[in-house]
Amino acid sequence: MPLAMPADDAMRILYFASVREAVGCDGEEVTPPADVATVAQLIGWLRGHGRDLEAALGEAAHIRVAVNQVVVDLDHPVTATDEVAFFPPVTGGAAG
Amino acid sequence: MIRVQREDIDVAGALAALVDGRQDTGALALFVGLVRDMAEGRPVDALTLEHYPGMTEKVLGAIDAEARRRWPLNATVIIHRYGRLMPGDRIVLVAVGAAHRDAAFDACRFLVDTLKTEAPLWKLEEGAGERRWVAARAADDAAAGRWSTAATVRSRR
Repeated sequence: MPLAMPADDAMRILYFASVREAVGCDGEEVTPPADVATVAQLIGWLRGHGRDLEAALGEAAHIRVAVNQVVVDLDHPVTATDEVAFFPPVTGGAAG
Repeated sequence: MIRVQREDIDVAGALAALVDGRQDTGALALFVGLVRDMAEGRPVDALTLEHYPGMTEKVLGAIDAEARRRWPLNATVIIHRYGRLMPGDRIVLVAVGAAHRDAAFDACRFLVDTLKTEAPLWKLEEGAGERRWVAARAADDAAAGRWSTAATVRSRR
């Protein structure tokens, strides 16, 4: 279900790994209202539109967020044309 | 040199790039991570690595820059694969060239420990008829935490 018409001036949302599976898509373009000014507010706004980002993670983990490819805290500001990615704690590198 | 790629890792080629004709490098330290056929007592038939194109390279570059800031290094190579891999396959290569072994060993370990907790990649295991996302481990955060600034001062040469 699209939340906005695709546009160059929209906010680009990306979902990875178990967050992508919980949401059901790997990304979308959104145009939240002006009062969505922080990552935490964006998460709440997405939840209100049917995107429960933390459903896959359970109580043991917290969602990680990157704005324009830099990891940030939930109180970090978001602006209208940012790239905002949501993902679980990372698990790259070797197994040991 | 930093690469994020689907293709297999050429270990000999990476070591050659590390030296690249330099004669002031006295020590090469190398780490290669492989896919194992077991994880936490469960069999692993395949491991798929998902990554964040663009950000993965950026984060590896930042970790590399931090290693070069902390230790006197002549060269570094970081190669991380993504895609569906089988047991025995190479996942990641980290290699460091320095004048002396202390910096080479310590910087190599720092790069390996730090990329595990910061590089945006996620592992999906297949085995015993199931598919499951690997969970990040507190032990990995602890390993990365050993590289607080106070700990690394001791190993600088």
